[in-house]
Amino acid sequence: MALQSLDITRRSATTTPSPSQRQTPEVAKLIDVSKCIGCKACQVACMEWNDTRDAIGTNHGVLDNPTDLTENSWTVMRYAEVETDRGLEWLIRKDGCMHCANPGCLKACPAPGAIVQYSNGIVDFHEENCIGCGYCITGCPFNIPRLSKKDSKVYKCTLCSDRVAVGLEPACAKTCPTGAIVFGTKADMLRHAEERVQDLKSRGFAKAGIYDPQGVGGTHVIYVLQHADRPEMYSDLPRNPSIGPLVELWKGAAKPVASLALAAIGVGAFVHYVTKGPNEVSEEIEKEFEDEK
Amino acid sequence: MKNDSRTLLRFTVPERINHWLVALTFFLLALSGLVYFQPLYYPLSQLFGGGTWARILHPFFGVVMIFLFGGMFFRFRKLSIITPTDKDWLRHVREIVNGDEQHLPEAGKLNGGQKVMFWSLVTCMVLLILSGIVVWRAYFSFLFPIVVVRFAAVVHAAAGVVMIALIMGHIYIAIWTKESIGAMLYGRVRRAWAKQHHPAWFREMTGGDK
Ligand code: HEM
Ligand code: SF4
Ligand code: SF4
Repeated sequence: MALQSLDITRRSATTTPSPSQRQTPEVAKLIDVSKCIGCKACQVACMEWNDTRDAIGTNHGVLDNPTDLTENSWTVMRYAEVETDRGLEWLIRKDGCMHCANPGCLKACPAPGAIVQYSNGIVDFHEENCIGCGYCITGCPFNIPRLSKKDSKVYKCTLCSDRVAVGLEPACAKTCPTGAIVFGTKADMLRHAEERVQDLKSRGFAKAGIYDPQGVGGTHVIYVLQHADRPEMYSDLPRNPSIGPLVELWKGAAKPVASLALAAIGVGAFVHYVTKGPNEVSEEIEKEFEDEK
Repeated sequence: MKNDSRTLLRFTVPERINHWLVALTFFLLALSGLVYFQPLYYPLSQLFGGGTWARILHPFFGVVMIFLFGGMFFRFRKLSIITPTDKDWLRHVREIVNGDEQHLPEAGKLNGGQKVMFWSLVTCMVLLILSGIVVWRAYFSFLFPIVVVRFAAVVHAAAGVVMIALIMGHIYIAIWTKESIGAMLYGRVRRAWAKQHHPAWFREMTGGDK
């Protein structure tokens, strides 16, 4: 989706500044897991607004449907039944792109402009520039992007960048009947989340807290969790997500160094040739074989 | 040179064809692989019809390479076994760099450097093939856990660069050592050339006389 264009903070595989004249306030979507009733209205709203339709799947005996994110389902509700000190709890998490401040997908992407990050924090795929290599899947700490079989491009939640650009809230936030999804500036959302955490604590959820993982620089989708000390309980929400050493190594400083090393080999070969001259058959040996000619 | 009946056959027709097909495939692989390596090289994607085509083609060039390089491996692996003389040869770095071959231990059909090059290329190629399959998102990546894919991406990028560096060296040495490119193109070398650069092979081929 390419509606915003003057407020780009980062652009994949691009080494010069992108248009960034316009500055927008940093936004966030707050998902309060404790208020979610698992009705999936947000899933439907997402498909409605983005005009994607997933294939009709099969019933797996659980409410998760579809059972995973797909190129057409950019958000899915994940239902976990867990035993806690409070007894059986039903923890329902709306999964989707977290819009990381330091996005692994963008870092990994080799195609210029296939992934951009706006100054408001939204990380957006521009599919027309995507070459379909799937590196973003390898780079993402949350296992979000999905490669389409139809067109070999990747798709994920846009945080409704097209709606946000014209001052609307994301479709999921608009539709949520319980107010579990709210949208605003990141500062406001953190303040609201803090109030929610206090409320939960007063109701006996001693470990309630905000999920805004600093390992990826914070995210622009944040959760309020009843049990923030155990994020894994929420269908494997990672405890300390980060881009990680392998991806840092793969996409880090080693690459320019490698390019310089290759250039050095070229220069070294040239210098060698100029100083040592060609390696030819010696005069003596040539003489030995003179009679042959 | 070609009409001289006393030239020595260094590489057979199948060996030469195999070599140059590997060379061609290598260039296709290196140029299309560099596209993803760093933004600096992204314009190379134009050689293949754009980024998406480069992404589609590169691994298929890789599949072709598996067969072609496999051919080279089976043709040259026995010749490339490193002997004590080769190890001794390799220790004379200064003379080698100066192209001063008189005092070197006698090299056979392949010298120590060429054998080390062969095994380095084999190692890189094995790593590239294994890691290349793992990072091939369209058909294989989903079979592996994400950490394996990340590890393979690092291995593939590293082995790719090392392979390109080795081939740059290989090409330079071929340019530096006059008449060696001819040997791979036409197959035959002059006796004087053989005696200069591969004295033990020269004796083997001629029975010691000139
Ligand atoms: C001479 C041999 C080869 C060279 C020099 C080479 C080089 C490269 C390089 C430099 C990259 C970019 C790595 C990065 O920075 O992430 C790459 C990517 C890749 N290579 Fe290779 N490679 C070779 C052989 C192969 C083989 C044999 C295969 C598969 C069987 C393969 C499959 C891939 C795939 C799937 C990618 C990811 C991009 C894409 O989807 O096209 N490569 N290669
Ligand atoms: S969650 Fe994954 S896809 Fe979304 S911004 Fe972070 S790294 Fe990118
Ligand atoms: S699949 Fe597309 S968006 Fe993802 S890394 Fe490759 S080019 Fe970038």
